[in-house]
Amino acid sequence: MDTNKKLLKSQSLKDLLGKLTQSGKTVYAPKKVREQVDFQSITSPEELAQDYVQTVQSPKSAVFPRVEELFRFRNGPEGVKLSERDMSALPEIVLFGARPCDAAGLQPLRAIFTWDYQDALFKSRMEKVTIISLACQTSDEYCFCTSVGLGPGDPTGSDILLTKLPNGDYLAEIITDKGKSLTDSMPELFLPAPADAKPAALADVQVKFNHEELSKKLASLFDRTDLWVGQSLRCLGCGACAFVCPACACFDVQDEGTTHDGVRLRCWDSCGCSLFTLHTSGHNPREVQSQRWRQRVMHKFSYMPERLNVFGCVGCGRCSRACPVDMDIKEHLTAVMEVKA
Amino acid sequence: MNDANLYLPYLMRIENITDEAPGVKTFRLTFQNPEEGEKFDFKSGQFGEYSVFGEGESTFCIASSPTRKGYIECTFRQAGRVTNALSNLEIGDTIGFRGPYGNIFPIEDWKGKNLLFIAGGIALPPMRCLIWNCLDLRDWFKDVSIIYGAKTVADLVYKHELDEWSKRPDVKLITTVDPGGETPDWKGDIGFVPTVLDKVAPSSKDTIAIVCGPPIMIKFTFPVLTKLGFGPDVVYTTLENRMKCGIGKCGRCNVGKYFVCKDGPVFTFSLLKELPPEY
Repeated sequence: MDTNKKLLKSQSLKDLLGKLTQSGKTVYAPKKVREQVDFQSITSPEELAQDYVQTVQSPKSAVFPRVEELFRFRNGPEGVKLSERDMSALPEIVLFGARPCDAAGLQPLRAIFTWDYQDALFKSRMEKVTIISLACQTSDEYCFCTSVGLGPGDPTGSDILLTKLPNGDYLAEIITDKGKSLTDSMPELFLPAPADAKPAALADVQVKFNHEELSKKLASLFDRTDLWVGQSLRCLGCGACAFVCPACACFDVQDEGTTHDGVRLRCWDSCGCSLFTLHTSGHNPREVQSQRWRQRVMHKFSYMPERLNVFGCVGCGRCSRACPVDMDIKEHLTAVMEVKA
Repeated sequence: MNDANLYLPYLMRIENITDEAPGVKTFRLTFQNPEEGEKFDFKSGQFGEYSVFGEGESTFCIASSPTRKGYIECTFRQAGRVTNALSNLEIGDTIGFRGPYGNIFPIEDWKGKNLLFIAGGIALPPMRCLIWNCLDLRDWFKDVSIIYGAKTVADLVYKHELDEWSKRPDVKLITTVDPGGETPDWKGDIGFVPTVLDKVAPSSKDTIAIVCGPPIMIKFTFPVLTKLGFGPDVVYTTLENRMKCGIGKCGRCNVGKYFVCKDGPVFTFSLLKELPPEY
């Protein structure tokens, strides 16, 4: 019997969420708020969203908040005093029902925040997160996980991967030690899996291109201005793609408050925004939108694999769903593969 | 978690302020906590993030030499929000400093060589660190030449030090200002830096060239150096892309697979030629 596989009965979900919450953990799961499904704190299975393909926002804010306090400052009669937040006081978080692509999206973030200097803020959040992901049975026309080496049932980045069985129960695959200690602590919920448990069919996500070949090809396409201009003529430079991306990590550092009392923050930013690289002198190394679009593609599919050994994209398709001018990255990457050298 | 918060700056006291040129100032800074100051170490070429609390951070090189212990200096032009706020500070005020970041000028490898420094305008500060570093180790090197130009006589920074270098028998200093930037009593050259370099035509034999200046100056200086026989491996420069973190994370200074903050700011021209032109 495979000890890395357990059975989670559908009626046990309520107890699982109850136990996680009682033990002081915060559970974030896809929940419908108005017409939008996003990761929200939940306490009962009834709150779980049904019939959706993907949350609008990725769950990356659990480890890389949209706005994060770096430290506070006070400038009083005794001079400047800096104070840091106690990161050990953060609650343990369970990301329940994350898509496999969401779980995989934490890998590029980890690479960026730890490839050289170790970012303690990111690491302390990451240590507190356990990911119970749910394999995809449905997809839409924007999904392309299979083109970037992942898939609707890929375990990369998950601590526990749940796959629905035809009768509504779940097969729980234990991927990491974190996942094991969680399932070991609740043996009454995570039962021995029957040897003949056959998961229901997963989503059929068609492969549109090979990401390794794309990476190689991009290395010679930097100077193809026609390609980059053609693809990005309608780009508004709004940065929505980066804000919904599970793998985008670019940020800005800003002070808020007064010179006497305030806080230094890091906030999400995007290489698609025109001010991103603007020098104080007025010189801008990427002064037009096509250069910024090229940077987005090159960074994710050429520079990151070369430098950090990880792709900056997990094929979730959120950028394309969010784009106000309907730029579909999957289509653009497919077109890149068709460019004649 | 033993890792320290990377974004928490040192608190620095402004010990001295020098007016260098219109809108350009040099701060001498000491560590408010002497223990931090004793542990602090850096090398020529490195930079830091300087901050005014409530206004934000700004990136400049460390402009003083690592051979001068007990303080660091930075020189900045009043241009944006942070540098405007810095300009309003006084001796005794506190600012934040993170660093040192980035790579270094490999001066150990330059022992026994001639050094040719070429700088324009506000780009002398990153080179001033290196110049003093090399002058404090003067017997490591053979001839030391400096070509420095600015738009006008008023825009030349470190005037007192230019004066000092011009009087040293072991330094050859050539200062120049752009045509029209001269004053009636100006005794230096008149002409753009690349033109003056072409005219002076220093020998490339056993010589390392270090070039710092605005992008336009760098662009026109490199062909002259090539003409004089300098190979791309012996020509160094320092890049100044916009940065926020300084530690290879915020993505802003990314050029190709490189980060100016981690793989630079010091680059040889041979490496520069490999980079996409996004600096």
